[in-house]
Amino acid sequence: MTEKDLVDMDIADVGIPRRRYTSGIENMLLYVLSIGGVLIISALLVAVTGNSWQKVFMALLNGAFLAPGRWGDTLTIATPMLLVALGMVVGVRAGLFNIGQEGQLLMGAMAMAFVGTKLEGPGVILLVGGLILGALSGGAYAGLAAMMRYKRGVPEVISTLLLVFIAFQIVGYAITTDWLLRDLDPNRPNKAVTSASLPEGVHLPVIRVFGNEFHIGFVISVVLAILVAYVLSRTIWGFKLRVLGHNVKVAQMIGVGAERVGSLALIVSGSFAGFAGAVMLAGGSSNFRLTTGFSTNIGWQGLLVALVARTNPVAAIPMAVLFAALRTGAGFLASTGVDRKIVDVVQALLVLALLIPPAIQLIRERRSARAAASEGAS
Amino acid sequence: MISDILTALTDIFTSPTMYSSAVRLGGFLAFAALGELVAEKAGTINISVEGSLLAGAFAGAVSYDVTGSTWIGLFFGMLGGLLVGIVQANMSHRLSADQFVVGITANVLVVGLVGYFNGVLDPMTRRASVLEVPFLSEIPVLGPALFAQTWPTYLLYPLIPLTWWVLYKSRWGLEVRAVGENPQAADVSGIDVNKRRREAIYYGAILAGLGGAFLVLGQVGSFDTGMVGGRGFIAIAAVYFGGWTLIGTLFGGLLFGLADAFRLALPVLGYRLNAHSMAALPYALTLLVMYFITKEFRQPAALSRPFVRGLR
Repeated sequence: MTEKDLVDMDIADVGIPRRRYTSGIENMLLYVLSIGGVLIISALLVAVTGNSWQKVFMALLNGAFLAPGRWGDTLTIATPMLLVALGMVVGVRAGLFNIGQEGQLLMGAMAMAFVGTKLEGPGVILLVGGLILGALSGGAYAGLAAMMRYKRGVPEVISTLLLVFIAFQIVGYAITTDWLLRDLDPNRPNKAVTSASLPEGVHLPVIRVFGNEFHIGFVISVVLAILVAYVLSRTIWGFKLRVLGHNVKVAQMIGVGAERVGSLALIVSGSFAGFAGAVMLAGGSSNFRLTTGFSTNIGWQGLLVALVARTNPVAAIPMAVLFAALRTGAGFLASTGVDRKIVDVVQALLVLALLIPPAIQLIRERRSARAAASEGAS
Repeated sequence: MISDILTALTDIFTSPTMYSSAVRLGGFLAFAALGELVAEKAGTINISVEGSLLAGAFAGAVSYDVTGSTWIGLFFGMLGGLLVGIVQANMSHRLSADQFVVGITANVLVVGLVGYFNGVLDPMTRRASVLEVPFLSEIPVLGPALFAQTWPTYLLYPLIPLTWWVLYKSRWGLEVRAVGENPQAADVSGIDVNKRRREAIYYGAILAGLGGAFLVLGQVGSFDTGMVGGRGFIAIAAVYFGGWTLIGTLFGGLLFGLADAFRLALPVLGYRLNAHSMAALPYALTLLVMYFITKEFRQPAALSRPFVRGLR
C-alpha cells in the first residue's frame, strides 16, 4: 500500500487529485459546464410546465435576499443546515455514511422541548442544558447505528435511514401523550397536537441588522465550522479519522481502531444533527413548538450541503447559505405559479453535477499516470 | 393478560386475509429485493432502489392515466426505474463517484422531480382486477394468498426462476458473481468489471421500477408521493436477511410483508394498539432482524467496494 494508493482510495474527497494532470482552465471549464447544465435543465423543467424561468429566478432572489427581512430568514434556515452538514462531514471523512440526520435532528429537538417545557430553572441554564442534551440525544441515536455496525456488521447507510422512520413515530407518540410532551393548555392557539411552546427565557438571543433578524445560532455554527476544519486537518483525532476514511487496513496497521474511532465519528455526526434540532426549536422553528413535521427536510438538505461542499467544512458555510436561500426563495414562488418543489430538484441536481468534474479529472489523472508509468518502463 | 395476547395472536395468524395481504405487501418488496440481490451480487449496495421504486410508481401512474392500460403502466414503470439505475450505474461505476453519495442524491432527486411533476400531472389510477387462478386458488390458506391476487402480482412468479437462472445458470450471472466476489481476478480473466456492475444495477432498477408500478397499479390503486416511504431500504434489508440467496431474499420480502400485514390486520380484527408504535413496527422489526442476522452470513466479498484497475 503506497501513498498514492491511499490518495486514490480516498472516499472522502471523492477524486480530488493531489497531483494535477489537467490544466486549471480545463478544470474551470468542467465546473462551468456542469453548473450551466444544472441551470439549463432547471430552466427547462420550469418551461415545460408553461412558466417563465426569468420570473422564477427573480422570485427566488427576492425571497432569499432582496425583500425586506428575507436574508435574516435565510441565515436562520442556513444555521441547522450547516450544523447537519458539519456532522455529515465528520462521518464521511471517516468513511461512514450517516444518512439519518432527519431523525437525529428530531431527537435533539425533542430533548430541547423536554428541558424547555418540563423542567424548572433559570432560562439561560435551561437553554444551554437543552442544547447540550439535544446534541447528546442526537449522538446517542446515531450511537445505535454505530453499535449495530461495529457489533453486528449492519451497514450504517441502512440502519440510520430506518431509524429516521422510527424517530418520526417517537416524536408523534411524545407529542400526543399527556405525560410526555403534549401541550395541555386548553387555550393553545390551534387544535393541532404539538408540544407546549418554549418559554420566553429559553429562546436563543436574536441579532438584528438593518431590519433583518437571525439568532446567534448562525454565529455559533460558523465558529463550529471553522473548529471542525481545524480539528480535521490539524489534530491527531482528525488525522485518525481521515486515515480510517482512506483505508481501514492502513488504519489498523498504524493503530487506529476502526471500532472506537468510527463509533465516535458516527456519534459526533449525530450530535451535530441533534444540536441542529435543538437550535431550530430554541431559534423559533414552528413557533417554538415541537410538531410532527418539525424537521421539514432540514436533515436531508443539510446532508446535501455537505456533499455539495465536497466534505469541506469551511466550504459548507456558503453552500448552506445557498441551499437555505433556495428554500426561503421558494417561499416567493407562489406568485409565479411554479411548485416550490422545483427547488428540491435544483439542489439534488447541483450535488450530482458537482460530482462529475472531479470524477473526470480522476479518470484523466489515472490515464496519464498509467501512460507515464509505461513510458518509464520502456 | 398473557392468555389474552395469545388468543389475539392466534386470531390474527389464522386469519386468511392476513396471508393474502402479506403476499400483496411482500410482493412489492420481493420485486425490489430480487433486483437488489442481483446488484449486490455484483458488489453494489444499490440504495437508489428507493428512488427506482418511486420513479417506477410515478411513471406507471402517469402512463396509466394517459393510456388507461395497466400493461403500458407497468412497462413505463420499468423504464422509470431504469432511468434512475442509469444515473446510479454510470456515475458510480463509470465515473467512479462514491456509490452511496450518488444513491442518496439520486433518491433526493427523484423525490423532488416526482413531487414537482405530481403537482402538475396529478395522475388518476385504478387498481388492476383480481384474477383467481382456477384450482390453485382453492388450496386452503396458501391458495387464496398466492393465487387470488390482482393479476400484476403474477408477474412476480416467473421472475423468480428467471432471476435464479440469470444469476446461477447463465454466463452473465457467473461473471456478475465473480465481479462481486473478486473483481481483481475477474478483471484479469477478461471481464469488464464495471460494465457487469452497471448491468447488474440496470437489472435491479428495472425490477424495482416494475415493483413501484405494481405498488400503484396492482396493490394500492392510487399514487401518493410518500407511498414508498423508505421501503426500498427494507428491500435491501430483505437481501441481507436472505444471506444473499434467492430463496432467503424472497422469504425476507415475505416476512417484512407479513409484518406490514400484521399491522393492518390488527384494527380490522378489533384490536387497538397505539398507532405510532404500529407505524414504527416494520422499520423496528427490520432493524432488529438486521441486528441478529447480518453477521450470520458471508456477504459478497467486494460488496460496496469500488473497483479501479491496479488498486486493491
